[in-house]
Amino acid sequence: MNVHDSHRADDRHRALERVMQQHRLRPDSLIEILHAAQRQFGWLDRDVLGLIAARLRLPPSLVYGVASFYHAFRLEPPGRHRCTVCTGTSCHLKGGSRLLQQLEQHFGIACGATAPDGSLTLENVRCLGACGLAPLIVIDDEACPHASFGPVVERLTASLDGEDTSP
Amino acid sequence: MKTPEPKNEKPTVCGGGLKISVCLGSPCLASGAEGVLRALREAWGEKPIAVIGTGCMGPCSRGPMIRIERDGYPTAYYERMTPQAACTTVAAYLAGAAPEQGRLAPDFPFIALQTRVVLEQCGRIDPCDLNSARAAGGYRALAHAIGKMTPEQICCEIGASGLRGRGGGGYPTGTKWELVRAASGRRKYVVANGDEGDPGAFMDRTLMESDPHRLLEGMAIAGYAVGARDGFIFVRGEYPLAAQRLGAAIVDAGKAGLLGRNILGSGFSFRIRLRIGAGAFVCGEETALMASVMGRRGQPVIRPPYPAQRGLWGSSTLINNVETFGCIAPIIRNGAAWFRSVGTPGNSGTKVFSISGDVATEGVLEVPLGTPLRELLAMAGGVSGGSFKAAQTGGASGGCIPASHMDVPVDYESLKGLGTIMGSGGLIVMNDQRCMTDVARFFMHFCQDESCGKCAPCRTGTQQAARLLDRIAAGEATSDDISQLEQLCRFMRETSLCGLGMAAPTPVLSTLRWFREEYENHVRDRRCPAGVCAMEGTPCRD
Repeated sequence: MNVHDSHRADDRHRALERVMQQHRLRPDSLIEILHAAQRQFGWLDRDVLGLIAARLRLPPSLVYGVASFYHAFRLEPPGRHRCTVCTGTSCHLKGGSRLLQQLEQHFGIACGATAPDGSLTLENVRCLGACGLAPLIVIDDEACPHASFGPVVERLTASLDGEDTSP
Repeated sequence: MKTPEPKNEKPTVCGGGLKISVCLGSPCLASGAEGVLRALREAWGEKPIAVIGTGCMGPCSRGPMIRIERDGYPTAYYERMTPQAACTTVAAYLAGAAPEQGRLAPDFPFIALQTRVVLEQCGRIDPCDLNSARAAGGYRALAHAIGKMTPEQICCEIGASGLRGRGGGGYPTGTKWELVRAASGRRKYVVANGDEGDPGAFMDRTLMESDPHRLLEGMAIAGYAVGARDGFIFVRGEYPLAAQRLGAAIVDAGKAGLLGRNILGSGFSFRIRLRIGAGAFVCGEETALMASVMGRRGQPVIRPPYPAQRGLWGSSTLINNVETFGCIAPIIRNGAAWFRSVGTPGNSGTKVFSISGDVATEGVLEVPLGTPLRELLAMAGGVSGGSFKAAQTGGASGGCIPASHMDVPVDYESLKGLGTIMGSGGLIVMNDQRCMTDVARFFMHFCQDESCGKCAPCRTGTQQAARLLDRIAAGEATSDDISQLEQLCRFMRETSLCGLGMAAPTPVLSTLRWFREEYENHVRDRRCPAGVCAMEGTPCRD
């Protein structure tokens, strides 16, 4: 199959192309474009990185180097649900790091990893800047201030159970 | 030159003079402020009461916050509002009462004792409405600067004000501006460093979310003063709301002729672009930040040359912290002498602190430089959950202040004397339940994660130091390990390439200086006195 034909057929590729055009294919906009690609695809696979490299006329090694340098870019597909534990100073003091350990044990996934069935990604962030709400957890973009283990597990389990598993 | 008057200004006080402001800063939003705003608008949208969404009011841990202003009544703040509680409160106001439930005392120190210069409009104006910012004086300083002052005069005025870099370095801002102004070259750049990476710091987020136009105005004045036409704001990726509001503010200001081509008909043009960070602490370092702005890996390079000499794309570049830019408009409006009258000699003006940890009220405080730490703690309602043990300043690059130095005036030099730094303004208060070894270990792991890997002292040093601290926390260390740790820390401080590596050992050296006994408890007695580190002989807290 011609890879570029399928790219053109894909709305998400069109959206990415639009952003690249907005940035006039300037190599110094690489990080903005990687952000845009991740918003479209959820993560950055080899094909997307290769495409960006080709469009910006950059060596693929450089694009991969930048994408792998920054924490925000995912080089692996994320789970369908995401649990992000803040481990900034205040959250650490108030039990955030311990909470992360407990969640790792409970769900059997290490921080930064995704469950084998692709249901859940567990990750940490170094301070969301909302220290008055410590310990803070974000589940699927929704903040859970003053989080504790029981309610968080309950909430996550409900999200995982409520998933529509039909293809 | 005449400044166009803001059009279509919304009535701010009506309905019997009742004005309700709902804080829409990200902590209050996370606590449900949007529901409060919606409920109030649904209940009174048709009736003549002004309900506006504002930026941060300060006491983040008490959100969602609302403020009620009414003619003939003192201004009242209400904490922890739910949609129902907010509606009940407003209904009571309409009936002529001022209910006690949820109301903060009129002299609530966290709010009443602040000296707001940078944050003066935060929590007062609608950050998404340019007219609201202009009605409160926004862009007046810009009009004055480009209409009535020469670039040299502006640099002189900033220099005379004694303003120093609020990102933590404390370098005189006027000197930096003058260097860039005097630099040769056709293109120059202005960059706002909004990569507030220190864990526990959220001052810049507050300003960017609550009064984005203040930052744009400061940058435009800087652009005029140093001869730059292009500006970048580097916003931390973890602050999506700040980026969104700044983006909208840039568009609005451009449409109103306050940014972009031919600003206010003066012939001066200045364009601002946003750059969103991608999660790298090292990008707070200015050379790494510039690499990131240019789309590359955020790895620092050795200075000199400094950005003022050779910055973005080889051109002279002015980099200031967001809060530093926030000071510019008030200095231009009120003069250098006024700014110097706030604070102490050598430390003029105010500083914004984000106070969190074991205090009764967590949030954002602005006070004159040189305010004693004890006073800051009192404003935050004192220590909670135990007695005061230490306050960490400067995040992962800073150290702690023990109880014996609680009266230290918080300024650049006094903190340096105690082996810590002012840093960007994160202040984390710890009570006697906290283990200082654990805190040092936490910061070292943070620096290990965030080391960019370019130089060996930082890349390997943070890893080895973290391992030693792990051993100490696990009760497996010997006294040799402590001396090895100290030696390693000194080595990192002397030989690392950039500020991240040089400052990474500071939390360890500082806790060793003030709390050495605690390290020895871990090593000699295999015991964590605070009961935080899990080891034999320490009862598990859970």
